[in-house]
Amino acid sequence: MDIRIVNKKGLLILLVIAMMFFLAACGSSSETGGEDTESEENNTEENTDTDSESEEGEQGSESEQLVIGFSQVGAESEWRTANTKSIQNAITDAGHELKFSDAQQKQENQIKAIRSFITQKVDAIVFSPVVETGFETVLQEAKDADIPVFLADRSVDVEDDSLWVTFLGSDFVEEGRKAGNWLVEELAEEEGPVNIVELQGTVGSAPAIDRKEGFEEIINQEDKFEIIKSQTGDFTRAKGKEVMEAFLKSDGENIDVLYAHNDDMAIGAIQAIEEFGLIPAEDITIIGVDAVKGAFEAMADGKMNVTIECNPLFGPQLVDLIEQHFEGESLDKRIAVEESMYTMDQAEELLPTREY
Amino acid sequence: MVNLLMKSKLLWPIVVLVVILLINLIFDPSFFSIDYRNGKLVGSLVDILNRGAPLILISIGMTLVIATKGIDLSVGSVIAMAGAIGAITVTSIDGEGLGPLFIAVGLTLIVSIIVGGWNGILVSRIGVQPIVATLILMVAGRGIAQLITGGQITTVYYDPYQFLGGGYLFALPFSIFIVTFVLLLALFLTRRTSLGLFIEAVGSNPEASRLAGLNSKNIMMMVYMFSGFCAGVGGLILSSNVMSADGNNAGLWFELDAILAVVIGGTSLMGGRFNLMGTLIGALIIQSLTTTIYSIGVPAETNLVIKAVVVLIVCLLQSPEFRRKIFGTDKVNKNRVKKESEGVTLS
Repeated sequence: MDIRIVNKKGLLILLVIAMMFFLAACGSSSETGGEDTESEENNTEENTDTDSESEEGEQGSESEQLVIGFSQVGAESEWRTANTKSIQNAITDAGHELKFSDAQQKQENQIKAIRSFITQKVDAIVFSPVVETGFETVLQEAKDADIPVFLADRSVDVEDDSLWVTFLGSDFVEEGRKAGNWLVEELAEEEGPVNIVELQGTVGSAPAIDRKEGFEEIINQEDKFEIIKSQTGDFTRAKGKEVMEAFLKSDGENIDVLYAHNDDMAIGAIQAIEEFGLIPAEDITIIGVDAVKGAFEAMADGKMNVTIECNPLFGPQLVDLIEQHFEGESLDKRIAVEESMYTMDQAEELLPTREY
Repeated sequence: MVNLLMKSKLLWPIVVLVVILLINLIFDPSFFSIDYRNGKLVGSLVDILNRGAPLILISIGMTLVIATKGIDLSVGSVIAMAGAIGAITVTSIDGEGLGPLFIAVGLTLIVSIIVGGWNGILVSRIGVQPIVATLILMVAGRGIAQLITGGQITTVYYDPYQFLGGGYLFALPFSIFIVTFVLLLALFLTRRTSLGLFIEAVGSNPEASRLAGLNSKNIMMMVYMFSGFCAGVGGLILSSNVMSADGNNAGLWFELDAILAVVIGGTSLMGGRFNLMGTLIGALIIQSLTTTIYSIGVPAETNLVIKAVVVLIVCLLQSPEFRRKIFGTDKVNKNRVKKESEGVTLS
């Protein structure tokens, strides 16, 4: 945030100076037209150049240091905020210069930001697209300017995949598989049938579709697992609770496992289970995804079994990839974020260290 | 006579409600059973009332607004604001006992009434079209809620806060008592005093009412303030139920459900007539439908389609034209005469 303000201020100052040039030039041509003013102008120009782009000058001597433009979606959730901070810190900690732009959920802001990165001749652009489509033109402009583009967290729907270097983001299908694998291992001894209820994310959203797919892929390999109810909880606590309440009323004691596509819904469902008179994590095994702080609190209280991490802190990994690219290594078009999962036993210890 | 009229007007919504509840019975034979467990009554019917409480509340406020030929699109945002203010207040005040709870409830309700009054001023004093005036708060309110919560989901760890939306009194959820109280209050004010008549008069013709000596502007102002109050109470219930405030999602699209409940209940969007009991039935239909969809296990993708089909059926059943074409003329002709004597109705 700070950096963005500074940049705006910087731009403003540049603009004012530029205007002063213009005025000075006009004035000088009409008044004196002498060589003195012109030489003055040149001096000032040089000064501003060194002021604003001194980093680039240094970059010449230190080949390692890059100027990286980062266009973020916005700040809609704790997850996103943690993601922004991680990428910003990783870039500056590695000694690179960061130019940050917050798109505030608007595509036009993002396109503007990328264009301005191109005119500022940054070395690399990192961006998390607000939407999947409509970025062809601006990506082509970046490619023509020979600036590599790295997609973070979200992908674009563009046919020509030469327009970006790589897409680093969470693999939601893999998260679903991890949840499934954990369950299969955890209940390996158990004799079937194991009745599972599923709280899906917002209908049609990529995480909801993929987390469902990955989970089903694993548990369908064994006959004893059965998803008896699956309904959307819109990724919110309130809906998660309401839907779980209805599940409990219709299936009650038969429910053995709850798989929620995010932790917030799981937290809502835990409240519903408690109010129904069952003991969460004991009577019903609870699996969440995201590993937000609330989930760690629930696990530390012994109310939730496991959460699959959807890691926003991939800044360092991203910076490594950018550096690798500049060292000439070729990268895969799709790279998954390094993610793990956390169980109840680890929760209490890790709770104070969670950033989001 | 009045009784008979009420019955005929509410007949179809009640039929639909009963059918929805009976459909549940096919999928879950124990649907109507209510157990007594841990000092609470537990069952699907209690759930429907409990979950439906915020919607019923907001629909009551919406009914009166619509009766004045207005509409209040801002209720969803007021819910988010109320939840945010309530949750932030109880978390930021360090105090034991019930003190913080009362401060939070008081503050939230005052703010809700003030923002409702803001709508009222725009509509009644400045003459902005209701749909535009309330649209302003619909957009701004959610922004304010996000500002208050910092765009994050704020969790509340102060236990008494849970009583509003999750507490029990005499073995029933406390929210049911809140709804009953507000409904009785609204019924009393509109049916036992002349206020109801005034509201209808303003809805039919504000200018004529003014010339007849009614203070139309203040009456409009009042219904918007009441709608804000209802949304505020609803927001507190929703936020307290999950012990958190979510500025982004709390009360999202609630205004549409509320308008739907009002319309299903037979209140005309043209103003001039309203039916609070109809609104109650309408809100219960929507909530039973939602609960039914969750418990009978239809695929998540088809939720909205099913909802739409049921709403369409209710609306068709309420249309005299449609009934005449389907069920023949005789019976409906009688109804039509009645309807015409009632003034403008739905359809």
